[in-house]
Amino acid sequence: MVGGNQLENANPLIYQRSGDRQVTAQDEDEDIPDKIDDREIFDLIRSINDPEHPLSLEELNVVEQVRVKVNDDESTVAVEFTPTIPHCSMATLIGLSIKVKLLRSLPERFKVDVHITPGTHASEHAVNKQLADKERVAAALENSHLLEVVNQCLSARS
Amino acid sequence: MAAEENGVWGLVEVFVSGLQDGKAAELATGTQVKAGNCTVLQVVEALGSYLANSEPRTRGRGVQLLSQVLLQCYPRLTQKEVEVLVLFYENRLKDHHLITPHVLQGLKALSMCETLPQGLAVSILKAIFQEVHVQSLMQVDRHIVYTIITNFMRTREEELKSLAADFTFGFIQVMDGEKDPRNLLVAFQIVRDIIVKSYSLGPFVEELFEVTSCYFPIDFTPPPNDPHGITREDLIVSLRAVLASTPSFAEFLLPLLIEKMDSDVQSAKVDSLQTLNASCAIYGQKELKEFLSSLWSSIRREVFQTASERIETEGLSALHTLCQSLSRSVVGSDGEDLLDSFLNCVLQDCKHHLCEPDMKLVWPSAKLLQAAAGASYRSCYKITTSILPLLLEQYNQHTQSSQRRTIVEMLLGFLKLQGKWIHEEEDENALTGFKDCLCTVMYSALTDPNVQLQLVGIKALTALGSLQGLLSTSDMELVVDHLYRLIVEKDAQNHLAAMEASGSLARMYPSAFASRLVPKLSEKLQTDQMEPSQSSLRQRCLRALSAVSTHPCIVRETVPLLLRYLQHVQKGSILCAEGMISVCQSLHLLAMQCQQDTESLWYYHQTVIPCLLALAVQAALQETQTQAESPVLLDESVLTAMVPVISAACSHLSPELVTPSVSQVVGLFLHGDVSFLPENSFPRRFQPFQGGESEEKQRQLVALLMAFVCPLQRNVEIPELDYLLLELLTLSTSSRCPFAYTSASKCFAGLVNKCPAGEQLDEVLCSVMERIESGLVDGFDRTRVLTLLLWVTKALVLRYHPLNTQLTDKLISLLTDWELGPAAADGFFLLVSDTPDVLNKACHADVRIMFRQRFFTENVPKLVQSFHAADEDKKPNYLKALSHVLNSLPKQVLMPELPSLLSLLLEALSCPDRVVQLSTLTCLEPLLLDASQILSLHMDTLVMKLLSLTCSPAMAVRIAALQCVHALTRLPLHVLLPYKMQVIRALAKPLDDKKRLVRKEAVTARGEWFLLGSPGS
Repeated sequence: MVGGNQLENANPLIYQRSGDRQVTAQDEDEDIPDKIDDREIFDLIRSINDPEHPLSLEELNVVEQVRVKVNDDESTVAVEFTPTIPHCSMATLIGLSIKVKLLRSLPERFKVDVHITPGTHASEHAVNKQLADKERVAAALENSHLLEVVNQCLSARS
Repeated sequence: MAAEENGVWGLVEVFVSGLQDGKAAELATGTQVKAGNCTVLQVVEALGSYLANSEPRTRGRGVQLLSQVLLQCYPRLTQKEVEVLVLFYENRLKDHHLITPHVLQGLKALSMCETLPQGLAVSILKAIFQEVHVQSLMQVDRHIVYTIITNFMRTREEELKSLAADFTFGFIQVMDGEKDPRNLLVAFQIVRDIIVKSYSLGPFVEELFEVTSCYFPIDFTPPPNDPHGITREDLIVSLRAVLASTPSFAEFLLPLLIEKMDSDVQSAKVDSLQTLNASCAIYGQKELKEFLSSLWSSIRREVFQTASERIETEGLSALHTLCQSLSRSVVGSDGEDLLDSFLNCVLQDCKHHLCEPDMKLVWPSAKLLQAAAGASYRSCYKITTSILPLLLEQYNQHTQSSQRRTIVEMLLGFLKLQGKWIHEEEDENALTGFKDCLCTVMYSALTDPNVQLQLVGIKALTALGSLQGLLSTSDMELVVDHLYRLIVEKDAQNHLAAMEASGSLARMYPSAFASRLVPKLSEKLQTDQMEPSQSSLRQRCLRALSAVSTHPCIVRETVPLLLRYLQHVQKGSILCAEGMISVCQSLHLLAMQCQQDTESLWYYHQTVIPCLLALAVQAALQETQTQAESPVLLDESVLTAMVPVISAACSHLSPELVTPSVSQVVGLFLHGDVSFLPENSFPRRFQPFQGGESEEKQRQLVALLMAFVCPLQRNVEIPELDYLLLELLTLSTSSRCPFAYTSASKCFAGLVNKCPAGEQLDEVLCSVMERIESGLVDGFDRTRVLTLLLWVTKALVLRYHPLNTQLTDKLISLLTDWELGPAAADGFFLLVSDTPDVLNKACHADVRIMFRQRFFTENVPKLVQSFHAADEDKKPNYLKALSHVLNSLPKQVLMPELPSLLSLLLEALSCPDRVVQLSTLTCLEPLLLDASQILSLHMDTLVMKLLSLTCSPAMAVRIAALQCVHALTRLPLHVLLPYKMQVIRALAKPLDDKKRLVRKEAVTARGEWFLLGSPGS
């Protein structure tokens, strides 16, 4: 086990942040409806803070736009995330943060599915099961310590 | 006399026996001695028996009275009296502890005496050190002791120094255990003075350090409503001044800092790093030597591991100072250069991270190295020579663009540092050996398809080029070729950066750019003009031509080129307004760049203005069959684009230079004198003012006249001003073309704003008023007159002219006008906003500071009053006018007025007009951030109205409303919590808005509302 204030992965790979989405003329036209697309979902989750690094999930490549799938008409969202190391103990927490962020930011009609990219984590199955279970998610958020960490991940970076 | 003496006795008795403070007696005694009615001696005599009384309480009262008298009148004491009193007080220190505070008061009075004989200061201090246990006194009394010491240190420095280390030791005992922040501030100041004024510390250095360093790091939170106003920051700064005041503390301080840097408390880390920074500045090799390796590992750990930018910055800055100190010291006789070995350490720990450009530690390492390299020439040389080859090699080893980009970015950082030292030691430049390799890497970056890599490459190349004397002419030619390619390349994404780089490099290498870049761009501009697909390329070339004109000799090449191109376009090969507009924009940019350079600007003025005017007059006089066929150059958009070009050529020239061309231009417009224009054979006379209605085309050119005369400096005299103003006035009310009459009104207003006050101005204004009054009655002229009224009002409001009130009232009354009401309401926007072409600071207009505030205080009450009196259907006009005025004001001004206006603003939120809604929302948002107190009283209404606006049909209103809902979260938590669920529920709907931009705001707002009152936020 690593020491108290040592990080599990002290020198992780860093990826570039994608810039803000360009606002197009179509976005500013009152009459054209914009569908919710992959990039929009990705924008919601890419700035979530990592629980242990002062970095965003995007910079650590935990979330990628290609692993976000949304279907506006069928109201479904599926997000895959990739922990930085296969034994990352924070995986559940990261998944929970993503899930909470999406629940708070998407219209109620959406069915949100968050799971680990297949083959990238030792206890992938267990984590996925926890994240898919509505009641366990709700119970986790009743725990004020967990809620605190999740809220910290979701707070705007100061 | 006897009576008075009795009086003193009486007063003394009343005071001493009355155990509650006989205020009257006290003051009376003090003031009487002061007024000379009795002497201190008399008071002492009167006190006699009380001072010797066996009851300590009574003795105390006696001493208290005496001390208070002394405090009032110490400047009048004679040397003899002082001597006796000192002796008495010193003895009293041995007395009962009840008396001590009063004795100290008396000593404080005596310590301020200028007549205090030599030697007594020392004896007083000795007595205090010996007899008083300071830390068992009350805070106030301890403060008195510090004051006595401070007083003596100020006036009797020599004497105290004769005490040698005893004084220091005495003081250490006095302050040992002090807890009150008020006293600590004084005590720290004393310690600092002891050190700075070089009192002897003797063997007590460590004790002195201990007695102060025990407070480090300061952990103090002032109580709420603290009347003393001492902040944590005050204490930190004054303690740091003590700790970092002498190198003798180094051996104790450095281990302490190293220990505290490891603390878990952020503020302790920051404080330690800052103190380290401050103390390193005065330390030399000797003090630092022993601790270098531990200091380095602490700093490295902090920079590598921290999440906080603050700590990183402080760590880097501490390392910077550390290296500076090491570089400053002379190398010892044993030849051991500490800087060298320290830098070796730094290099060893950081270098290998630079080889992993993807990993997290690459940037902290680079920053550490750069902080060290920035410290001195020597460190820069050492680090650069060791890092550059590594980075160059790494560039070649890594082939991915993102990795290469990181490497070039690091190179850029190191290159920038070179500029700092290159002037100092020209003989030896760390970069000389690497020049070719560096160039190769830059060229490779510039040819990479990755846009980001290109961009960094451009920046690094600029940094490299800015280093004096590094690049040769042939290198520069290659650089120019690369930049040219980046500018004109198909789908070039970095053309703006390349242009900027060309501009800054052209300053240093004008010939390379004039001979290589300018001709190529010009050639590109001439070819394939007919294809519309090339228009973006043409624009880029035009823009590049202006961007590169940063040196007079390039300006002389590019200006004629641009003008020739403009003529070419005008001759009709391409009939498009955009072409001309982009030439004008390019000319304007060019003018802005040479604004500071008189030579270029004068050349520009002489060349550009006659040419543009000639082209315009030519176009206006051309015979055309129909109105529709008017030349492109007379298009409103083209003329508008020409205005800034001409303005920029006039506004910065000195009066002597510009006067001749003023009379030429005014002559052209008033008398049709075309002699100064090139190619001046026109078919007809140019008469913009006389031509009558058939000559609307000529009239439009008034815009160019405005562009010329309005930006002139105020001391430039304009010939035939009266005549000109009259003609402009006529034109502004008679022309049928909106562009012509608006330009005439603007030109008129611009001139009136600068007219010196006096009869001439009064006459002009009188005729304007008449014209406006009569024009508003007449049915045809009304819109034109309103335009004139608006511009003249603006001109006068800006300069605080007394007539502005009358004009503004006129405007307010027009708000109820069935025809002009809405236009007048919009006009208020014009009055309070900045206009780009006239009546602004750049045009040297007479703009008084705070004219908006003044306008606000004078007119808002009137608007509010008329609003309440107005009919229901006219109310939106008032709200619109009001919201324009409110929006223009800095929020600090608005804050005090808010309570009276808030109900109006809330009403405006329900106003159906979208413009009013939007401007009210933009006005509310900053207020929500600052005036939370007032707004929280209206939460119910506010929340309700804002939430209902989030479903408005207008997208901009929805966005602004959501931003306000977001801003609400800054209000105090207890005000918000009752609404939390309501808001979160209501915001679910905009989450499903059809527009993405609205959804984005809704997400941000809702996210923040979720966090309210939740743990971890």
